[in-house]
Amino acid sequence: MRLRSGVFASSCLLVEVLGVALFLRGFFPVPVRSLPRREARGDPPAEPAPPGPGMVSNWTKIPPPLFKKVVVVLIDALRDDFVFGSKGEQFMPYTKQVIEKGTSYSFIAEAKPPTVTMPRIKALMTGSIPGFIDVIVNLNSPALLDDNLIWQAKTAGKRIIFYGDDTWVKLFPKHFVEYDGTTSFFVSDFTEVDDNVTRHLDRVFKREDWDLLILHYLGLDHIGHVTGPNSPLVGAKLREMDNILKKIHISLLSKEEASLPNLLVVCGDHGMSETGSHGGSSAGEVHTPLLFISSAFEKRSGPLTQPERVQQTDLASTLAVGLGLPISRNSVGNLILPVVGGRTMREQLRFVHLNGFQLSRLLQENTPAYEKDPGYEHFKIAEKSHANWIKLYLEGNNSEILLNLGKKVLKQYLEALKTLSSSLSRQVAQYDMYSMMVGTVIIMEVLLLLFLSIPKALSSRAEFEVPLSLPLFSLLFYLVCLMLCAVHVIVCTSAESLCYFCSMSWFTAVGVMMLISALMCGILSAIAKIFENSRLPVKNPVVSSSGWSEIDVLILAGTVGHVLSLGASSFVEEEHQTWYFLINTLCLVLCQDLCRNNFLLKEYDPQHSTNVKQNFGEASEYKNMDIPAADNSKLGKTISSAEFIRGSDKWISLASPWIILICCRLLRSLNQTGVQWAHRPDFGHWLTSSEHKSELSFLAAVSLLMIFFLVQRRCSLVSKIAMALGLLGVYSYRAAIGNVIFPWQHDSKDISKGITEARFVYVFVLGIVFTGTKDLLKSQVISSDSSVKSTGLWEVYSGLVLLAALLFRPHNLPVLVFCLLIQTMMTKYIWRPLKFDAAQITIMHYWFGQAFFYFQGNSNGIATVDVSAGFVGLESYVEIPAIFFTAFATYAGPVLWAIHLLCYLSSEVSRNSAAVGHGCFCYALMRSLPVAVYIVLVTGLRYHLFIWSVFSPKLLYEGVHVFITATICLFFTAMDHNHSHKVQD
Amino acid sequence: MKEVEIRRLLAANLLCVFAVILTAVVPGFFWEGFTVLGTHLAWLCICSVCVGTVNVILHLVLKPNHSPKRSSFAHKISRFLKCCIYFFMSCIIFHAIIVLYGAPLIGSVTETFLFSVLLSTFTTLQCLCMLGPNTHAWIRVFSKNGATSIWESSLQITTVCSILGAWFGAFPIPLDWDRPWQVWPISCSFGATFGYVAGLIIAPLWLYWNRKQLTYKSR
Ligand SMILES: [Zn+2]
Ligand SMILES: [Zn+2]
Repeated sequence: MRLRSGVFASSCLLVEVLGVALFLRGFFPVPVRSLPRREARGDPPAEPAPPGPGMVSNWTKIPPPLFKKVVVVLIDALRDDFVFGSKGEQFMPYTKQVIEKGTSYSFIAEAKPPTVTMPRIKALMTGSIPGFIDVIVNLNSPALLDDNLIWQAKTAGKRIIFYGDDTWVKLFPKHFVEYDGTTSFFVSDFTEVDDNVTRHLDRVFKREDWDLLILHYLGLDHIGHVTGPNSPLVGAKLREMDNILKKIHISLLSKEEASLPNLLVVCGDHGMSETGSHGGSSAGEVHTPLLFISSAFEKRSGPLTQPERVQQTDLASTLAVGLGLPISRNSVGNLILPVVGGRTMREQLRFVHLNGFQLSRLLQENTPAYEKDPGYEHFKIAEKSHANWIKLYLEGNNSEILLNLGKKVLKQYLEALKTLSSSLSRQVAQYDMYSMMVGTVIIMEVLLLLFLSIPKALSSRAEFEVPLSLPLFSLLFYLVCLMLCAVHVIVCTSAESLCYFCSMSWFTAVGVMMLISALMCGILSAIAKIFENSRLPVKNPVVSSSGWSEIDVLILAGTVGHVLSLGASSFVEEEHQTWYFLINTLCLVLCQDLCRNNFLLKEYDPQHSTNVKQNFGEASEYKNMDIPAADNSKLGKTISSAEFIRGSDKWISLASPWIILICCRLLRSLNQTGVQWAHRPDFGHWLTSSEHKSELSFLAAVSLLMIFFLVQRRCSLVSKIAMALGLLGVYSYRAAIGNVIFPWQHDSKDISKGITEARFVYVFVLGIVFTGTKDLLKSQVISSDSSVKSTGLWEVYSGLVLLAALLFRPHNLPVLVFCLLIQTMMTKYIWRPLKFDAAQITIMHYWFGQAFFYFQGNSNGIATVDVSAGFVGLESYVEIPAIFFTAFATYAGPVLWAIHLLCYLSSEVSRNSAAVGHGCFCYALMRSLPVAVYIVLVTGLRYHLFIWSVFSPKLLYEGVHVFITATICLFFTAMDHNHSHKVQD
Repeated sequence: MKEVEIRRLLAANLLCVFAVILTAVVPGFFWEGFTVLGTHLAWLCICSVCVGTVNVILHLVLKPNHSPKRSSFAHKISRFLKCCIYFFMSCIIFHAIIVLYGAPLIGSVTETFLFSVLLSTFTTLQCLCMLGPNTHAWIRVFSKNGATSIWESSLQITTVCSILGAWFGAFPIPLDWDRPWQVWPISCSFGATFGYVAGLIIAPLWLYWNRKQLTYKSR
């Protein structure tokens, strides 16, 4: 069977997508959990029985609640220093006073990354640490099926009222007797989201028919996202929150009866970083305040100390005890002891015993060797001393001695709890190694196959023979297949922990095994063929004769260097620096190439000595002093291309690398990304701040105009008009949602969702893409000249540009302009005159695509994904388009460069008939190499400190990128198809 | 003949290496608190000045590009002025390139400029000494197979090594080790200096190794 490079590369990528998916499924661990909550469970443990005959404790039930009514006020993105720092002093006077003088306990609760709202709510309510994978499903949160506080409260007959972020309503459907969910749909809405919550308060506090009230305020988070933590809006919002807390506290106090006190809990789900976003693990994002306010507590005596550190998961157990509920079974949290500090010693011991029992049972269910765990051992010892204490207590011993002894037991318990929960938290990072290995094997085999087929795939025919029916290989295939199946059976029967690959159906598993063995046979046959060829005396003349140019050296060094840099967490965090550095160097080398082309054999022109001078570094290759003979071809090429450029074109061509460099420098200062320098002021923040709305509007308008001029030159008339209208629509959409203003309307009018405007643009996007596809189909069916095809491709491209213009935030529109500008200049003045081959051009396109990914403001952290792009033109959350739009907006840079590559290569077909195939192959190779290496690196680093905050998000980005590249390569192949038909005709 | 030349080259280069090493050590005796890391900017100045002076003196003493024709005093003056302008221009251009590579545009201008002066000293100044303000010769030397003497080959090697050193010196900046030498522009100027020193040492050795294959076109 004959395969073309493009087809081969795309099928390789498709297989690789499968491998990556399998790896990701194995890598992101399933969180520690107990049996599903609806299954039968044992009764709560009785108080440890005292030793000796005849003595039985009479406490067998869960203790009664300690608080009558509990109000939980969750302020989204409340950072610890907003309450405990200078901001708290300034803007939250009432809260500050309660903390300092009132009956309250304050803590700093540590949130585990990912610091995103939904996993944090889960952590607060279940006490478990949600797996990283929860981030991905953050958008469409399904109902929480694990045992949790809300469910327990509901089954215990408590009446729960909820107002706030509707994530809760989705997580706990039918749990609330009354609720009002507000969506965080519009991030720019600062007041309405909170007024929606506050307006219910007066009514609720007049009533008596509730036990638990949960309020989730979103405004602070929105302010953080849009303006950052230091904006004046934060102060105003904190003051508002302080007033609300005051109101709640006073009405709680006024309702208090003699029987039981009420409790007010104030917490944040996560903090915010210095730029106002969240998701990562910086100190600002992780540390949130946690306040318990109740008249049951003792008044603070003595000066205020730094609040103690607790875990966010501790809230679930503490609230469960406070409400007299069983602790959720998956909770890894510890009871916060001061909250129950006012109770008698016997009760306190009972609470920590319940907590310890729950933790040790969770440990039993999750580790086979639980008995050797130090936490479990501690717990057993503490339980014994507890029993002894009860014995003394029941015997009615001296209260002084009993108290001291009790304190000792309490200490033992607390220590046991701490060890237990830390060993349980560690369990979250348990990997499904078998699935990971299978995925890695597939990916590595694909990479090896791609490597081995480089010479064939990049030959002028770009085709190769795939032997399908060699008897030796078929025998080998069956043998390997059988062996792998045997391994599979052995692994799956002996594995103790849950394994995803084992839980798949037998047919799928055998299919995967067959795939692996088929790939193996392919590799072996490729190796065999290479040996066969090397035995033949004929050498491949292409490889041996031409030496390496500077571009080749740079491309190789850059690719290898980038791949190696992925092993260091800082280089992953600051990956954008790598790409900026590489494309800068690439531009300088291109400049040097251009200079050589223009000056080497021509008259020297003093005006441009500077250009030459700066590049002498790269220009001289000391290797070449021993005059090689093979320079004739190069000289010939130089002469021909020197003739090609003349007059003013020559000067533009010489200047173009410098213009590109300046563009890149400007883009770099548009969006600061990464971690270390992300807080630096950048142009993007300046533009988005509300004072610079008119500047932003001007910039957006100019950018849209530029986009039109850069795109329209190769479009047909109809798509030109559609493009112009579409870009107008983009501006009016942005004006409608209040990002930009029209010059004639100075007062900000009502802000709408801009649905009509966005849909208006979508119509034109679809129209342009449709026209392009029609042209492509025409060129395919009627096989007319290639100009129809290139127009069609360009129209598809311009449709995507229009879509990107709609989805990009207005301050990012210059990225699009510079992208188009650089592409135009490169095509016209650099690639055409220098006559690079398809492989080099592809790799340069790939590099620029990567750099533009970061120019857009993306990073390797989850927090920079612009989710709002998924809501453009949609009334409410609709899964498929939202995911598509978000992915497109995030990967717009790489995608646009890839499609441009296709446009360029298919216009080069006359020069090199296999250009598209080569491009597709190189593109697949460039993507497979980092993914394969990164997967191996991540497997090695899976116990690294930064695995969750740095390496895992990057892994997700890589996985999605592979998927997108596979789609692009399929498009490439489809475009390549008709061309090969034509050649055969 | 060739070996004698190479030996002279080696001696000259070793002198330059010593000059670099001395700039790191000697000022400490006269100036309390001088360290290469702590007072990096001062070291950058001292190093540039010393290497520049040594280069100029070596050039005057050794006269590697023995031009036969005598030139007038006025001609010499104009040559010298031209050299100064070229050197200054090269500093500006290096500065611009460094900013394009991502150095802050407004903040730490002094650091960036002194670093570009250092780079110019390692590269442009040498070229000016060897070739004069003659751009023809520059293009010739820095195009393929353009060197016409051992001195010019050495010039090529040291220049490329300095620039490559500075390029590699930028690598550790994003690492989060919080070391004092990761501060801009210390790692880069170290890289450039190490590259320059390495180039100075490599050049004579490499030329000696390949002395059989070396064939220079006569001018
Ligand atoms: Zn949140
Ligand atoms: Zn948020």
